[in-house]
Amino acid sequence: MRYSFFWFLVLFCFHVHADTLQVGRGKKYSSIKSALEVAHNGDTVMVFPGDYREGNIIIKKAIVLTGINRPLLDGLKKSEVLSIKSDSVTVKGFRVVRSNFSTLEDPAAIKVYDSNYVVIEDNILEDNFFGIYIQYGRHCAIKNNVIKAYGKDEQMIGNGIHCWKSDSLLIIGNNVSGHRDGIYFEFVTNSLIWRNVSHFNIRYGLHFMFSNNDAYISNVFKNNGSGVAVMFTKHVRMFNNHFMENWGDASYGLLLKEISDCHILGNKFTKNTAAIYLEGVSRAEISRCTFEENGWGMQIQASCMDNHIFDNDFIRNTFDVSTNGDLVLNSFYENYWDKYEGYDLNKDKTGDIPYHPLSLFSMIAESNASAMLMYRSFVVMLMDRTEKIMPSITPDNFVDNQPRMKRVNL
Amino acid sequence: MNRIIKYVLLDIIKNRLVLGYALILALVSWSLFNLEDNSAKGVLSLTNIVLLIVPLVSIIFSTIYIYNASEFIELLVSQPLKRPQIWMGFFAGLTLALMLAFLIGVGLPLLIYADGGIALILLITGLIITGIFVALAMLVAVLARDKARGIGLSIMVWLFFALIFDGLMLLLLFQFSDYPIEKTMIGLTSLSPIDLARILILLRLDVSALMGFTGALFKEFFGSETGEWVALMLMVLWILIPFWISLNRFKVKDL
Repeated sequence: MRYSFFWFLVLFCFHVHADTLQVGRGKKYSSIKSALEVAHNGDTVMVFPGDYREGNIIIKKAIVLTGINRPLLDGLKKSEVLSIKSDSVTVKGFRVVRSNFSTLEDPAAIKVYDSNYVVIEDNILEDNFFGIYIQYGRHCAIKNNVIKAYGKDEQMIGNGIHCWKSDSLLIIGNNVSGHRDGIYFEFVTNSLIWRNVSHFNIRYGLHFMFSNNDAYISNVFKNNGSGVAVMFTKHVRMFNNHFMENWGDASYGLLLKEISDCHILGNKFTKNTAAIYLEGVSRAEISRCTFEENGWGMQIQASCMDNHIFDNDFIRNTFDVSTNGDLVLNSFYENYWDKYEGYDLNKDKTGDIPYHPLSLFSMIAESNASAMLMYRSFVVMLMDRTEKIMPSITPDNFVDNQPRMKRVNL
Repeated sequence: MNRIIKYVLLDIIKNRLVLGYALILALVSWSLFNLEDNSAKGVLSLTNIVLLIVPLVSIIFSTIYIYNASEFIELLVSQPLKRPQIWMGFFAGLTLALMLAFLIGVGLPLLIYADGGIALILLITGLIITGIFVALAMLVAVLARDKARGIGLSIMVWLFFALIFDGLMLLLLFQFSDYPIEKTMIGLTSLSPIDLARILILLRLDVSALMGFTGALFKEFFGSETGEWVALMLMVLWILIPFWISLNRFKVKDL
């Protein structure tokens, strides 16, 4: 009994024994592939600075592959660069460039096949077809990578971070630009997207399909072709993100389609053509968001129901809200509207007369886009005023009964 | 000609009406910016002033002034002066006085409170619109001999550009909404100086909304540097053409 702890320690040491294999000019191994061949599970492969043009590097052992001063892994547009086919692999500190282009195989700079507990950290990825690709991965982390591409056409470039049929992923602190979709989620559950910057991507900053119970928090989505899309999904939490400058036709800060039970809190929408577009959305809570200088604050289609929109600020938008029908099954309350012209006699900080956020002209512009050319002309102003006093075309139950007098979020 | 400009300017300033105009503009713009905590709303209200009040005051005041000065004009004509010089002198005097009033009234608060781009475009369009409506007033005054008729006509001109033209445009838009009329619409807007000014301002105020489908087309045309210059040049043409017609009429007019 006296030595049992000692023996335990000895056994434990044997068990976790791990080597460090050095790769580089003048080191024991000159290529990464040769080091990988002799490595065992748990070893560390240290790659020293240099250019490594070894074609497709396949990792089949649970190792830590770490680069010192960012060695270059070059696919020469001929092959996928790093393929991870084992659990518990860490790839850290590389510059990975020029994977090949193939719409059949979807090659990526770093691709994870059916593996769990993979960490991809602190890499720079440039000019690849796909950046980081995870399929059937669980408990993987993608942290602090810079992913850049120079795509011009949607068909010719893949996604920055592409996750498919995965679970429990962490996507943290990455910077993605120039890909088709910045971050792409399809059938990914229980995952977190946190503090990423996704900008200047050709299609969406973030693309979300059939991915339930995920959260994305404190990300910045800027200047993407058509903003962020969340579709066919349940229980998504979107907190404190900043959606900005998503400009163009069919371009939205946030596109929500056929989703339910989502929470959209504390986000900021600045200078988008349409900040949020909702279609077939039910039981969503949109609260404490700031809509500033957008063309349309919220385009809420008549197919949405039981959504609660409260405690938001609508400031300097051309149109705060628009809709496409008479049916109103959503409730707006206690929002701040800078176009509100009511008063507050009893000083309870909510306006005494209800506010109708729909303007007649927003309905007209919705059905006849070229009418925008006439906006802010005297005739249009007269029409809008008359409609405000006697609502006849806009649904009169589209109303905020307790509009705030002061902004909520400063 | 400089002497005539000086006489007209001094006369208008003594007239006090323009002084009142400047004062009211100043009062409205200062209070607009001070009442609203959000300067964009002040800019919006000022846009309406630039697009409605400025043309109205410019055209009515100038028409009345020209009619009231008819005896003075007759006197000048009897002097060894060329008629174009007299007419240009009157135009320059009137425009300068009204532009000055606009600059003092609206320009100062605008430059202090609003951001640069939008303030600049509001100022420039306001100044050009003043010029356009003075030119139109002089055309009206030279066309109609009777004062009451002339004033009536000038009110009609204002009403047409401020209200009726836009109504017609909207009508066209709805009637032909199934056709690709965007380019035609762009062409048609150049027929109204107020619309040109409005679109120039709109492009600064509502860029986000204009980036939608057809909006993008307008943005492409008017929003580009050249488009903006073309719109401004068109507005300047709106000064030159009415004035040129009125000048030719005045040259041969039997006073």
